[in-house]
Formats: sequence, structure tokens, C-alpha cells
Amino acid sequence: MIYLTLFYEFFKIGLFAIGGGLVTIPFLFDLSEKYHWFTTADLTNMIAISESTPGPLGVNMATFAGYQVSGILGGICATIGLVTPSVIIILIIAKLLKKFKENMWVSGLLSGIRPAVIALILFAGLEVAKLTLLDWKNWLFFVLFFVLIHYQKKSPIFYICLSALIGIIFKL
Amino acid sequence: MKELLTLFFSFFKVGLFTFGGGYAMLPLLQDELVKKKKWTTDEELLDYFSIGQCTPGVIAVNVSTFIGYKRKGILGGCIATLGIIAPSIIIITLIAAVLSIYMDNTYVNYAFAGIRIAVTALILETLIKLGKKGVSDHWGIAIFLCACLLLILFNVSAIVIVILAALAGTLIYALPQKKKGKKE
Repeated sequence: MIYLTLFYEFFKIGLFAIGGGLVTIPFLFDLSEKYHWFTTADLTNMIAISESTPGPLGVNMATFAGYQVSGILGGICATIGLVTPSVIIILIIAKLLKKFKENMWVSGLLSGIRPAVIALILFAGLEVAKLTLLDWKNWLFFVLFFVLIHYQKKSPIFYICLSALIGIIFKL
Repeated sequence: MKELLTLFFSFFKVGLFTFGGGYAMLPLLQDELVKKKKWTTDEELLDYFSIGQCTPGVIAVNVSTFIGYKRKGILGGCIATLGIIAPSIIIITLIAAVLSIYMDNTYVNYAFAGIRIAVTALILETLIKLGKKGVSDHWGIAIFLCACLLLILFNVSAIVIVILAALAGTLIYALPQKKKGKKE
């Protein structure tokens, strides 16, 4: 049952990816290693499309990955799987709102998770870089883009469109 | 019933017009939920965000569930969540379908080779932003380095890293506080 597997795997991602959309990426890398549903290149394309289409990044990634694996129903199963833990946990927390925020166990636990998540994203980023920065031309544009992104805070969509143009013009 | 529909479409709208998710969504939510519908206040919205950020899952979904629950209980929470994810499901499915047809085209491939470079740069930028906030003290650096080591040496899965870090966080940050509390 591919649909159940999709639901279950994305449920796990929804449960453990703490801190928002980009945090889902390292988990998706794990998935691609485990099931070979998609390659690192596919995953990088998915990130680009998810960033430049409407909607939360994590949800877009789930729909995309699910669709790649088994069509429309796959996309729906993966997305519902991703959001189910959120819905359950938030409904519980909404009842105990005040206590939750002040709880020292919760805040200790989160202070531990935050730096680890940075390490996870770092390694996901390195995987993407290994695949993307193959020659000096790629590095040149990478440095250029990073400088632009860092100093001109335009929306990611702008950079993604610009990079698509550059890709076509310079035949990357 | 009518209010549930309004709830669905309000969040559908927010889902349709935010790119990237997370904090990019904040101004839209403010406009729709605080100014137009007066369902919540700025302070509450920020509270929802901070809780959404430190609970599992996508922040946008967490915030929607929160506000939906506040309006109409459990059903409201589910409807608001469905509202915010519906545009993604529709749009991404369409794009994925079209893309699978054009993926063999040379120009599409060139474009994506370019796009992947921009994405790598975007990830680096996010890392720097998050890193400043997340790795803020000695213990933070220690946990970060341990996670890196585990990833390099043993290729541990992301789930295991998160569980270990949560354990470490409780031992390092919460236990001393608890002991201090007892002495006083």
C-alpha cells in the first residue's frame, strides 16, 4: 500500500520537523535514501518550485514528493500525513496554551533541538551543493547569487526566475 | 456552517497568496484575520507564531489550526488547516503534472541547472539567519557539533538527531532549573 506508506512517512516528517518548511528537507533526503522515490536533483528542483509557488514550503514539498511517487492521490496522502501531527498537537496545546509556553521542560527540549536542526539543514545544503556546484561557472553564479540574496533582500521568486534565465543563457 | 465556510476561504486566500510560508505569511494573516475579520489580535498572532515555530510541523499549518480552533473548536481547526493547504495541493499537482512532460526539454534542463544554484544560495542564507538564532551559547555550539559528528561519522537519520537533541536539551537546560527550584 503505497498510499499508507506515504501517509506514514510524511506523518513522521510532520512530527519531527520542528521549526518550519526548510527543516523538512533533511527528512526528505532520508526518504530518498530509504525508498529511492526521487533523486537529490529531483529534490532540489522541488525546493525551487515549492519556493516559487504559493503556499507553505513544507506543504508544497509534501504534495510534490507525494505526486512524484504515485500521482494525485499520492500528493494528497503525503500532505495530509504531514499536517496531521500538527493538527493533533496544536489542538492539545491550544487547550493548555499558557502552561505550555512557561513549561521549563518544553523550553529546555526546544533549546536542545534548535542547534541540531541547523546541523541537519547544513548537511542537506551540502548534499545539494555537491550536486549543483560542479564547475567554476556554477561557483561563480553561486557566489554572485549569495551576495545578491544577502545584501538585497528581494523575494526568493525573483532570484529563482533570474537564475532560470541565467541557466538558459549560459547553458549551465 | 456559514462560519466554517468563511474560515475555509479566509485561509484558502492566505495559502494562495503566500510564497515560502513561515514568517512570509505574517503580514497576510494580519491583514485578513486581524484587520478584516477581527478574529484575533496582533499579540495573539505573534504568540501563535512562536508556538507554531516550536511545535512539530509546518508553521503556517500550526497557526491555522490554532486560529481555527479558537473560532470553532476542533472542527474549525481542521477546516482552517484544509483551507491553507488546499491551494498548495491544487497548484503543485498541476505543476508536477506539467513538469513531468517538459523535463526532457533541453532548455527546461538549463533553467533548472540555473535554479538549483539559486536554491543552494538561498539555503546558505537561511542557514546563516537560523544559525545566529539557534546556536547562541556554549551548549548550543556543543549540540551543533555533536549533531555534525553523528551525521558525518554514522550518517544518523534526522529523526534520531532530533530525539537525541531534545534529550540533551532537557538534561542541559531544564534539569538544572528544576534542581535550583527545589533548593529555593
